[in-house]
Amino acid sequence: MATSSRSAHPPNDFPGYGSTALRAPKQPLRGLPGRLSQLTAPLLAGETIGPLDHDLTRQHDGDPLGERISISGRVLDEEGNPVAGALMEIWQANAAGRYAHLSDQHPAPLDPNFSGAGRCLTDAAGGYRFVTIKPGAYPWRNHPSAWRPAHVHFSVFTPAIAQRLVTQMYFPGDPLFDQDPIFNSVPDPEARKRLVSRWSLALTQPEWSLGYEWDIVVAGRDATPLHDDGSE
Amino acid sequence: MTLPLTPSQTVGPFFRIGLSTTIGSHVVGEGMPGAVRISGQVFDGAGEPVPDALIETWQPEGAGRCATDEEGHFAIVTSKPGRDGAATDAPHLDISVFARGLLTRLVTRLYFPDESAANDADPVLQSLAPAERSTLVAVRDEGGLRFDIHLQGARETVFFDR
Repeated sequence: MATSSRSAHPPNDFPGYGSTALRAPKQPLRGLPGRLSQLTAPLLAGETIGPLDHDLTRQHDGDPLGERISISGRVLDEEGNPVAGALMEIWQANAAGRYAHLSDQHPAPLDPNFSGAGRCLTDAAGGYRFVTIKPGAYPWRNHPSAWRPAHVHFSVFTPAIAQRLVTQMYFPGDPLFDQDPIFNSVPDPEARKRLVSRWSLALTQPEWSLGYEWDIVVAGRDATPLHDDGSE
Repeated sequence: MTLPLTPSQTVGPFFRIGLSTTIGSHVVGEGMPGAVRISGQVFDGAGEPVPDALIETWQPEGAGRCATDEEGHFAIVTSKPGRDGAATDAPHLDISVFARGLLTRLVTRLYFPDESAANDADPVLQSLAPAERSTLVAVRDEGGLRFDIHLQGARETVFFDR
């Protein structure tokens, strides 16, 4: 077991996360092995990624407040192949733990120099790199004194729908992990660790920014879900 | 070599700041031959509209993306996918649903109501009970096709394990 591509992912039915109650389907998922389509059209028809779209610290006239960091790594598939040309999109709270979103009512300051969204395409080796500031923790109402650990939302979009992944990247040593139902919805503790980035001295730029490294593994292009005994 | 997968996490309530326009709601232009507007609403288990869901459509010709509005409405303009000779499946769109409260995306399929012969022969539809099957076939409306998505309840949409 635990080799199934599904076992890494959390179940949708996870009562500790209150919003699942009315949203997680009640009926079992049906099989669709090997039947998910791939795009043959260009991934981004008519859309271009700007040269600074990956740098969330340079989208305004001034510098955003907070710890300047880089987040870089590779996107690989399960077979270890680099996933080139994947559209990476990130979004996050500012250093005070506030999203630049109308629905976020947390009474922490907005930062006029931080919108909190970036994007890039992976290179031929599957590599990506973002420059941003470290997001703050923020409260939510899931349970008494619930606070989300600091995280950056990541979306990975490739031509193969079987590879589609939306997830969150966390920072090492966060004291809030133990009480966060979203982090802990991942059943396998080893899999949870794969959501946590690694601080890297080599990626840290002296007198400038802290470097975090985070690799992402998505399903193979023609992923056929495996049963727990490893058979198809 | 088999590398362990990176787990999914919820898209959360604030995805609009990061997942807005890079991929848009028009797979084909509105006036193009064969263009069809697919609209619908997403409902939760209380029958309430889901105002913070993200719908993505996939087909060989391209991908579409639309966030739901305050009434749970989404709309994507696309075309009916072509069918290659070997395929046994009826023309369909693969659809992903993301939302706060969904820890992993949901995957479903949209089939076309004017393809009843192909739909009757489709192995995925054939494997479902009639009431379940009906959750996957869009219905005609004045603007094109309507495809509502029910996350729970008596009309719960059939979702697939990817």
